[in-house]
Amino acid sequence: MKARGRPLPPQRPATPPTLRQRLTAANRRCTPYLYISPFFLLFLITGLFPLLFTGWVAVHRWDLIMGQGEFVGLDNFRRVLGSPDFWKSTRNTFSIFLLSSVPQVILAITIAALLNFNLRGRTFWRMGVLLPYVVAPVAVVLIFSNLFADRFGVINSLLDLVGIAPVRWHSEVLPSHLAIATMVNFRWTGYNTLIFLAAMQAIPRDLYEAAAVDGANRVRQFFSVTVPMLRPTIIFVVITSTIGGLQIFDEPRLYDQYGRGGADGQWRTLTIHLYELGWTQSDFGRASAVAVLLFLLIVAIGLVNFTITRRIATAGGHR
Amino acid sequence: MRPTRTTFTAVSALSVLSLALVACGGDAESSDRDSDGPITLTVATFNEFGYEELLKEYDALHDNITVRHTKADTADNARNALRSSLGANAGAADIEAVEVDWLTEFMQYPDKFVDLADPAVEGRWLDWKTEAATTEDGQLIGYGTDIGPEAVCYRADLVGAAGLPADREGFAEFIGDTWDSYFAAGKEFVANSDAAWFDSASALWQGMINQVEVPFEEPDGTVIATTNPQIKDLYEQVLQASTADGLSAGLGQWSQDWSESFQRDSFATMLCPGWMLGVIEGNAAGVDGWDVANVFPGGGGNWGGSYLTVPAQGDHIEEAKALAAWLTAPEQQLKAFAAKGTFPSQVDALDSPELLDSTHAFFNDAPTGQILVDRATAVTMQPYKGPNYFLINTALVDALTRVDVDGTDDAASSWAKFVRDVEALG
Repeated sequence: MKARGRPLPPQRPATPPTLRQRLTAANRRCTPYLYISPFFLLFLITGLFPLLFTGWVAVHRWDLIMGQGEFVGLDNFRRVLGSPDFWKSTRNTFSIFLLSSVPQVILAITIAALLNFNLRGRTFWRMGVLLPYVVAPVAVVLIFSNLFADRFGVINSLLDLVGIAPVRWHSEVLPSHLAIATMVNFRWTGYNTLIFLAAMQAIPRDLYEAAAVDGANRVRQFFSVTVPMLRPTIIFVVITSTIGGLQIFDEPRLYDQYGRGGADGQWRTLTIHLYELGWTQSDFGRASAVAVLLFLLIVAIGLVNFTITRRIATAGGHR
Repeated sequence: MRPTRTTFTAVSALSVLSLALVACGGDAESSDRDSDGPITLTVATFNEFGYEELLKEYDALHDNITVRHTKADTADNARNALRSSLGANAGAADIEAVEVDWLTEFMQYPDKFVDLADPAVEGRWLDWKTEAATTEDGQLIGYGTDIGPEAVCYRADLVGAAGLPADREGFAEFIGDTWDSYFAAGKEFVANSDAAWFDSASALWQGMINQVEVPFEEPDGTVIATTNPQIKDLYEQVLQASTADGLSAGLGQWSQDWSESFQRDSFATMLCPGWMLGVIEGNAAGVDGWDVANVFPGGGGNWGGSYLTVPAQGDHIEEAKALAAWLTAPEQQLKAFAAKGTFPSQVDALDSPELLDSTHAFFNDAPTGQILVDRATAVTMQPYKGPNYFLINTALVDALTRVDVDGTDDAASSWAKFVRDVEALG
């Protein structure tokens, strides 16, 4: 904006700009957009088009193999919303999302705060928390299915030792959600920890020194200096884990041998429901309707989270 | 200024290039080669077909053909992959293996497959095996590979410890050849043992449902799954035996617990099609006492078995057809049987001494070849499996699992959920 408004040099006011000058001006104006254009062009093809096309599929009868059928309007949505499977999947998705995201953010901040101390072998510890993130999800599931097996799993054997009745990890709703949330947390906590840690290191040291002079101990410093300074990062982490959490697929799909989310849909999430409709029943129309609903849900929850976290941020500003 | 202009050009070139790359990405691989030149054939299978050595052999026999083998971990994943590539009209292998349970589903789209009917292979397979893969217009969708004639595998040590006849013949007589006698024998066993009689209600179901002539759908497409009295009756029978009579170990088939349970004295009998022998041997490694009885409740039964199909979208249809015909010839199938225990569906293979004389060391040197041939001849018919067979049977197995394994429902409420699931399919 500023560059465009700048008056021409006074020595040549009358001569119209040459072609070369005009090109240069255009060049200056357009170049930044061209720099970012590859991303947006790619997004247009791989992001926006499928997004809109899903909406198009959702209002048609659409077989996986035979392709487009007749236009059915909102019929697919009516059928999806009218089926108890959809609501059960929604419940499961939220439950697993809450069980994974909330402890994850709290844990990540705490671990980041600990790593922020002057530890011996700092890099080792910092790389260590990222290790679970590098492990392939399938390998994670292999380990955890040994832990969470109903009869002969490690956890139930340990519970048996102390005389507690075994937990039926694959039969009951809440235990299955807990087990899946554990896998998710195992994988993502370290990743979020590093994001928090990076933000913590950007907090000026003198704030802590001033707090220490005022007599604040470590705990007080954490709550009165670290957490308020981390707010933008917290917003970022909460939004990304909302998107990731509501779209959770790998862990529940690999949780048992069939990958359909349990015989009674105990841990069937919305994405698994979508996959079942689309690929097992080859009804792309209804699967797309679920996809559109899931998209709206994520936008809605994302907005709610954004408002809440922003309100906290402004409230902090008045402090 | 200069550098800016070059950057300008570079950036525009880059963005155009990225566009072009994305647009052209799909075509890179489909470059068709000269038909006389060297070609690559892909074969897609799942689980264990026993083809590893055979494909190498074919490679060596043909100078101009290279065979590539892709193997899916489960039949489910293979089915989904094939569906997707048929839908996209690209990406299918030259030869795709198809399981009998979802064969009819794909027979709805005969245009997507090459007609494999050929006088040269006529009469090669058991009649019911070929009939199941032939459309009404006489198009042959797939060449039969293996079948799954079922016998009963059992733990002779557990049965003996319960004071019951544990030798092969005595045990076969003890459990009799009806489901009623099998369950009655089970009650006698559990009264004298800590172990359960069988592993899982859903495993038993596979044996029962494959004996029903018209289980879920009429040939005209009417879905009768929820109204067929035979289905409801079997459903109640198997759950009565599993829960009320306590014969089931309540393990979800193929689950972690199920595989683990082979290392313990969890259950005494199991329905075992030929391909299950390898599974048991793997899971129960180190456990003594397994044996096979030449008997099956309710007469003969076939569980599973596959076909090789040639999708019409391939570039080398003739070569693929020739390879499929070669792989499913009796001589080759016998080698696959020796490698992985996939029991031949080819008539000539059934009376080959190689098959008849084969024994299985893990199962107390049982004459498994002879037993399975006997079990195969006991199979008199194949159920009619309509296009929704796979989906409906999955819903029914879920219904059994809810009662037998999870305990989240009783038989009646789980049946109600099954009815709802079937209605939601339409």
